[in-house]
Parts: sequence; C-alpha cells; structure tokens
Amino acid sequence: MSHVSTAQPDTIGMTAEGEREGAIVAVASNTNRRALMLLVVLAVAFAFAPLVIYPVFLMKIMCFAIFASSVNLLLGHGGLLSFGHTAFFGLAAYSTGYLAKNAGLTPELALIAGVVASLMLGAVFGAIAVRRSGIYFAMITLALAQFVYFMAVQNPQVTGGEDGLQSIPRGALFGVIPLNGTALYVFCLVLTLFAVALVHRIVTSPFGHVLRAIRDNRDRALTLGYKPERYQWIVYTLSAGLAGLGGGLKALVLQVVTLTDVHLTNSAEPILMTLVGGIGSLSGPVIGASVIVAIQYYLSPFGAWVTVLQGLIFIACVLAFKSGVVGLLTAIETRIRQFRTRQGDKNPRGRTTDEQERS
Amino acid sequence: MDLFDLPLPILFGQLMLGLLNGSFYAMLSLGLAVIFGLLNIVNFAHGAQYMLGAFLTWMLLTYLGIGFWGALIIVPIVAGLTGMVIERVLIAPLADADHLYGLLLTFGIALVIQGGFQVAYGAAGIPYRIPEALAGGQRFGAIFLPNYRLFVLVVSLTVCIGLWLAIEKTNLGAYLRAATENPELVSVFGINVPLLVSVTYGLGAALAGFAGVLAAPIYSVNPTMGVELLIIVFAVVVVGGMGSIAGAVVTALVLGLIEALTKIVYPEAASIVIFVIMIIVLMVRPTGIFGRTA
Repeated sequence: MSHVSTAQPDTIGMTAEGEREGAIVAVASNTNRRALMLLVVLAVAFAFAPLVIYPVFLMKIMCFAIFASSVNLLLGHGGLLSFGHTAFFGLAAYSTGYLAKNAGLTPELALIAGVVASLMLGAVFGAIAVRRSGIYFAMITLALAQFVYFMAVQNPQVTGGEDGLQSIPRGALFGVIPLNGTALYVFCLVLTLFAVALVHRIVTSPFGHVLRAIRDNRDRALTLGYKPERYQWIVYTLSAGLAGLGGGLKALVLQVVTLTDVHLTNSAEPILMTLVGGIGSLSGPVIGASVIVAIQYYLSPFGAWVTVLQGLIFIACVLAFKSGVVGLLTAIETRIRQFRTRQGDKNPRGRTTDEQERS
Repeated sequence: MDLFDLPLPILFGQLMLGLLNGSFYAMLSLGLAVIFGLLNIVNFAHGAQYMLGAFLTWMLLTYLGIGFWGALIIVPIVAGLTGMVIERVLIAPLADADHLYGLLLTFGIALVIQGGFQVAYGAAGIPYRIPEALAGGQRFGAIFLPNYRLFVLVVSLTVCIGLWLAIEKTNLGAYLRAATENPELVSVFGINVPLLVSVTYGLGAALAGFAGVLAAPIYSVNPTMGVELLIIVFAVVVVGGMGSIAGAVVTALVLGLIEALTKIVYPEAASIVIFVIMIIVLMVRPTGIFGRTA
C-alpha cells in the first residue's frame, strides 16, 4: 500500500498517536539497535572518562543512573509515578553501610543484603500503593517514604541519626580484591551496565509488553484477562530492588549514608533525571543523572540556587521538552533521515507505538 | 501512660494543639480537593503557597510596617492573584496532558518558590509576634487557653464552613460543581470555564496563603514549613477521600486529634501515626472514608 499515497501511513501514525494523546510521553530511539548503540557510546565514554574527570564524581553519577533507571522502569513502562523511591534507596544504603561497617560483611554480600531489604520493603509498599493509581499512587508512595524517613530519624542506634553512618569500609570483593581505585570503578561500571541490561530485558519481555498495555488501556488489558494490579505490584517490587542497588552502591562509593538519602528531595531527583533524559528510554536515566549530578556538583557553591534551577528544569521539561534529551536526539535523527529519504515512503511515523518504545 | 492519669491542663493543651493542627490540615486539604476536582491535578505547590503566605505576612510587617490584620486581608489576595497567574501561564497549557505532568509541574513551581526564599532568607526559622489584641489567654479553672489559638480555630472553621456553603449553595458553587462533572457541557451553556478554572486555582492558593498568615505567629516562618505540612495533608486527603468537603474537614480535625493524643500516649509514634492510619484505610477502603467509589 506504499505507493498509493503518502497520506495513508501518516493517518495511521496519527491515530496511533491520537489514542495516547496526553498520556505520559515515553520516548526511545527509533530502533532497538540505535538505542543500544547510544548506550554503547555512553558505556565507552564512562570507561574512559576517569582519565580526565574525577572518578568519585563519575561513580556517583552511575549510582544515580541506576536509581533513575528504577524510576524510569516504573514511570516509563508502568505509567506509575513513585514519589517515594528514596525509601528503597535509603534502606539499601543504610543496610549495606551498616552490615559492611558493623558486621564486617564483604561488599558484595552487604550490597546483596541491601537489595534484598529493598525488594522486601518494595513488595510490602507495592501491595499497598497499587490499590490506587494515578495521582493517588504518587501521594501514597510519598507518604510511605515519609514513614521510612521518620523511622530512620527515630532509630539513631542503627542509622547514626543526624551524623549518619560514616567511614563505611569498602572492603575486598569476595574477600580477595580490594575495592579501591580502578577495581571500584570497574565494579560500578559493571553493575550499572547490569542494571541497564536488566531494565532492557524486563521491558522487552512479554511481561514488559503487558505492562505497557496496562499503562495505555487498563480496562482493555483487564478484559483480556491480565491482572493489572499484579503486574504493577511486580514491576514496583523490581523497581524497588533496583533503587536499592543504586543506594547500596552509593554507600560503598561515598562511604557515608545520611538522612538526606531517605529524604523527600532524594525522591524527586531520580524523577527529574528521568524527565531530563527522556521518560521510557534506556539511556535517558544515564544522561539525566549525568546532567543533574553535574549541576549539583559544579553549582554547589551557589547553595539554594540549585533548588531554584532544578525547579526551573522541571517546569521547562514538562512544558517544552516532555521527551527529554533522548527525545530531542531522536527528533533530530528522524529529521535527518526524513531529509535523506524524502522521496521514499519510510515515514517513521507509520510505526506503532510499541515498536517505537521497544528500546 | 494512661490518658486519664494526666493532669487535665496537659491533656487539654494537647487536645487544643491537635485541633489547631487539624484545622490547618483542613484548610489545606480543602484547597487541594477543590483544585483537584476541577483541574484534575494534585497541587504540589500548595505547601509553597502556604509558606509564601507566612513569609508575605512577615515581609509586610518588616518592610512596610503592615501588621497581622492587614496581612490577613492583603496576603490571600496576593497569593490568589499569583495563583491565577501561575495557572494561566504554566498550568493551563497542560490541560490535555497526563495528570502526572501537572503534578511534576507544580512540584517544579514549589521548588522554585522554596529555593527562592532559601536564597533570600536562609533555612532558619523567623519568629513572628502574636498580634496585641490576641495576646494572653482565657483561664477556666486549671485550664489555660491561649487567645490566639482559639482565634485560629474559630476563624479556620468559619472559613471551611463558609467555603462549603459557597460551593453547595451559591450560583458560582453550582457552576464549579457542574464544571467538575462535565466541563464541556458547562462551557456549552455559556460559562467561561477557563476563567472558572483560573479563579478556582486562585481561590485554592488564596486559602493556602490565608492559612500561612494564621500559621506565622504559631509556627516559625521558614522556607521548608510548607513541604513538611503538605506530605501530612496528602495522607489526610488519601484517608478522607476527595469526594466530600465536609468529610475532608472532619477527617482533618479527627486526624489532628489522634496525632495529638498519640503524642501523649506514645510520643515516638506521633510523627507516623497519620501514615499508619493511611495504610490501614487503604487496605480496608481504598477510596478513602468519604471517597466516592470510582
């Protein structure tokens, strides 16, 4: 049907878009391959970056990239906005830090313990939160996270109260390889790649497809026999575990865990990172984390201006750049391709939404 | 500790404090509910607008010498107008987008306002003196009730009841309720719905600002005072459900009382008791106590 008219694929494209009009704009590069290419470029960049940039700063970015990926998984593919992911990040950070420091666990065991703790808390909170959707979901997750925050404040014998847990030992990986310098950096990079690969695996699986079906049309998915709440609960729990991985790793990298790691502002940051990078895209959280952590790092002398700037970025992204940096790159790339194949009929808008989002 | 072993003055003091907190929860959750009903967004900037009210009160006194009573009139007007501008310029363009974008947008607005005041005045609390006419208190036997707290309680309840009457009994309230149900149909009848939306948002912001004025002499004025309160108000809204205004007010007052009583019986749990109640309500009745079953 290609040579009859170019209007036809356009119309199809528009109805597909029209159906989701107003919904959360989940972006991605045009194909699986392109998204992976962007990711490889980022991975290579991170592998060589420590030659010119302060490594701890880069490792902090990676911790937050994992954290943002967890929020992205939930928001971009589940359509669920959690305003309380700091609870899982913080719980894992405290658990990992406490066990590494006071129980003398090796870093990988402490990290696993932190992730397991987050998974369990995620399973409990998820069961409560998925009872409501949309805006209520955001408010409930926020309140639950505040609950965890108060618990952390009130148990200083575990969390160290205002001082937090300080000088957490990094120890030796498997009790053999000391986690310092290059080894720590490689450890971080491998875990970050693992996290991104895991998200990729989840969203490209049949589970991921059902999840997006529920996001786009809950009633239809229900009619088809899927249980929306069960799927949302599973993805929430997985996402909590992933946030825990980011938190636990942060405890090992920065060797300090404080109340800011369970505070509300720490819930907003991964959301902002996801929004800046591009909701639903694979490399968006990595790009977003780089941007936001860099802003905090380089603009820290300006104090509260950072808060103002973050607010302005929130506003700008929501009003003008709903699809973030990756969306912008995709748009540019599409323009170029359209320009090159102007006579052909490979209009990328004819693609279905699901294909566009697979990456 | 047993409730009845307590000296009466302490018990009464706590109950009074509970009602007082509850009345702030009520004013803020009312504004949130009205905005949510018509605009379908959760106004994350609500806490910042409340904080703005408290700061404006202090600024009026410090820079212009205008006292509490003047602030009580000027601040809600300023907060309301600011709210209407925010709605027109920032929120209205998002009318067709997913609700979550409205939430993120208002969160960004809250960050800008909060950060701005932090830059200008730091994070420390600023005291504001109770107005002369309301200093002192009433003594009933062993019980001492500060005048200002009584005043806040009466005024906030009056405002809540007034708002309820305005929505239930006036023409404007009828338009509002109709537009909440079906905005397109209402606009067909010749009612300017976008204007109604702006006015509603402005009204919510004005109410938050008004609560901020009342809060200035009791709580210390600082940039984060709104965020902390807002999270509790969210839990209150989830518990009460956004279906009924009277329900929201009752829920807010009762939760304020429960919180205060917990402070006597088991102080460690006072800061989390509202969240625990929220969890229980969600398990038993996910739509909230007064919520409509969706």
